Amino acid sequence: MKRHLVSTADLGRDDALLILDTAEELSQFSGRAVKKLPTLRGRTVVNLFFEDSTRTKTSFEVAEKRLSADVINFSAKGSSVSKGESLKDTALTLQAMGADAVVIRHHASGAPARLAGSDWLHGSVINAGDGTHEHPTQALLDAFTLRRHLNPGAGRDLAGRKVAIVGDILHSRVARSNVHLLTTLGAEVTFVAPPTLLPIGIDTWPCEVSYDLDSVLPKADAVMMLRVQRERMNAAFFPTEREYSRRYGLDGARLARLPEHAIVMHPGPMVRGMEITAEVADSPRCTVVEQVANGVSVRMAVLYLLVGGATLADAPRTTELPEAAQ
Amino acid sequence: MVDGAFAAIGEGLDVRADIDIDAHGLIALPGLVDLHTHLREPGREDAETVLTGTQAAAMGGYTAVHAMANTFPVADSAGVVEQVWRLGRESGYCDVQPVGAVTVGLEGKQLAELGAMHDSAAGVRVFSDDGKCVDDAVIMRRALEYVKAFDGVIAQHAQEPRLTAGAQMNEGTVSGELGLGGWPAVAEESIIARDVLLAAHVGSRVHICHLSTAGSVEIVRWAKGKGWDVTAEVTPHHLLLTDELVRSYDPVYKVNPPLRTAADVEALREALADGTIDAVATDHAPHPAEDKDCEWAVAAMGMVGLETALSVVQQTMVDTGLLNWEGVADRMSHRPARIGRLTGHGRPISVGEPANLVLFDPAYRGVVNPDTFATRSRNTPYKGMDLPGRVHATFLRGEATVLAGELVER
Repeated sequence: MKRHLVSTADLGRDDALLILDTAEELSQFSGRAVKKLPTLRGRTVVNLFFEDSTRTKTSFEVAEKRLSADVINFSAKGSSVSKGESLKDTALTLQAMGADAVVIRHHASGAPARLAGSDWLHGSVINAGDGTHEHPTQALLDAFTLRRHLNPGAGRDLAGRKVAIVGDILHSRVARSNVHLLTTLGAEVTFVAPPTLLPIGIDTWPCEVSYDLDSVLPKADAVMMLRVQRERMNAAFFPTEREYSRRYGLDGARLARLPEHAIVMHPGPMVRGMEITAEVADSPRCTVVEQVANGVSVRMAVLYLLVGGATLADAPRTTELPEAAQ
Repeated sequence: MVDGAFAAIGEGLDVRADIDIDAHGLIALPGLVDLHTHLREPGREDAETVLTGTQAAAMGGYTAVHAMANTFPVADSAGVVEQVWRLGRESGYCDVQPVGAVTVGLEGKQLAELGAMHDSAAGVRVFSDDGKCVDDAVIMRRALEYVKAFDGVIAQHAQEPRLTAGAQMNEGTVSGELGLGGWPAVAEESIIARDVLLAAHVGSRVHICHLSTAGSVEIVRWAKGKGWDVTAEVTPHHLLLTDELVRSYDPVYKVNPPLRTAADVEALREALADGTIDAVATDHAPHPAEDKDCEWAVAAMGMVGLETALSVVQQTMVDTGLLNWEGVADRMSHRPARIGRLTGHGRPISVGEPANLVLFDPAYRGVVNPDTFATRSRNTPYKGMDLPGRVHATFLRGEATVLAGELVER
């Protein structure tokens, strides 16, 4: 197993299931009065955020603290980075401080890969979202949520399940990470978007592509709505917010076209009224809040497996936790 | 060689030589001419100076280089081009022919004093805003017309700026997967199409810098078929490397124009072989370590290339059977000198001609080690790569600049 988690493309089926199964085990602790585990005691995890983020950063921080890691939050704003320090020098500084893992979010695609591939840092690198490239822990929490609803149980995958991912695929790191992970787990992914919001070369990706949301919905086990940034309108990706909403927004009428068991997902933050109506967002079939909770469990699992001494390959295939964690 | 010229050529000559070279197995080529070199001086001497750049050129077998205008200050006046020209003369390793900027400050708005640069001691004939595209069609038309007065040529960096806003690499399957801003082929091709039409319209000559796509090749082929005065160059790295390498996110592969697909590489090789592409030009772009040892998005674009160009051309064109050594001499010496209107370079190896010569060992194989480079920078994509051939000796007007693969102190 690799030391880092940069891309879901690096995860084989066994690795992915191990993370999900470990997350399932760890999620049991979230309901307890004392939620802390001593697993990462004495380990230092740095949250290196070059880009604003509230939910992902908080989620990682909660996960790290629940595993008893020493947590350092390093924000680019107001730091030496804003004075022009390079990623390399920042990494060398963290290395000197003895970071065992660096959770990095960066506005530039490839920055975590660069960090992981360099000799600047010896600890594990966990990608918390890089540019328009990948957001692997988001995909893992999405897969975790999907499995709980569609095929619950340790060791199970998503074979045959149909997931529609809708919206700004072109700029979405969530979509890129999900297409790798979900297909590795056996799901069938369909991207739904206007042609302007699909990457060139999408025909080589392991997914179907549709421009027509209504035709996809009746066959979907889950619909994952993506956030559409309003500034995209200025770059002529689509004519107006109203037209986008009419063609690709999820409202009550479209929700009714879904099979009864199907769920609606969203990585957040939601823009209500544009890609998703309040009626759908607040519906019991919408798993947004659940996804947030699952994010903590999944991130605990990733940290535990990468930093907690065991690697994904070395760790036992069962989901038993080490003695200290029990 | 006597007094800077070839005095006699043949076997068993009755002469006493100052330098005795065992040239068994070596290829003799006319001194190479680069149409596209970034020497960085003035302004970025931390990356390269005229001295180190010309030393690198000599090590690569070059006897003349065209120095691009995107220096600090920009080479958009007679003063700056003369400074660069004089530094080249003082270096003694290689003739430096400055390229003048087309527009003031490379800003694409107002024509630079093209005539003054031509009339200066540097005698500028090639003008380019390289690094930027002259994207305003009216400015491009006027520049093409204006340089006719002194047989100049506009060397265009073809890159439609709106289509490449935020672009980081070739637009295609790989960019889609990596989430890097795509640089579509059409951004290059649409400018080339426009410019060959403009050049034909005003009856001027245009040179297209660093062609990188199969579509660009087709447009140049079409324009030449019309009999228009269009020339084009390709870099060694676009003859060898593809955008698949960007998957490493290693900024050593970040270059402008970007590395394209294998199909583009194949089309470029064929076009160089059949003469559609006139010249190999290095686009030697030195950068200090800190500008490349960073994340992809902020890394500088470009790679060094003077010292590896001939080896890459051997690997991609000669060893593949696409071009013989006469063809290499044509594409790397004769034609580039003709495009740049250099009278003392790109001449045949004949008695009475200027003794600009490179002796190249095609049987040599070695792993590229940037630590041995003469250039001040180390941003080469070929580090650790096994490339064929090595420059054994270079002569500039009969004076050795390189002997036995080593620089000669001058």
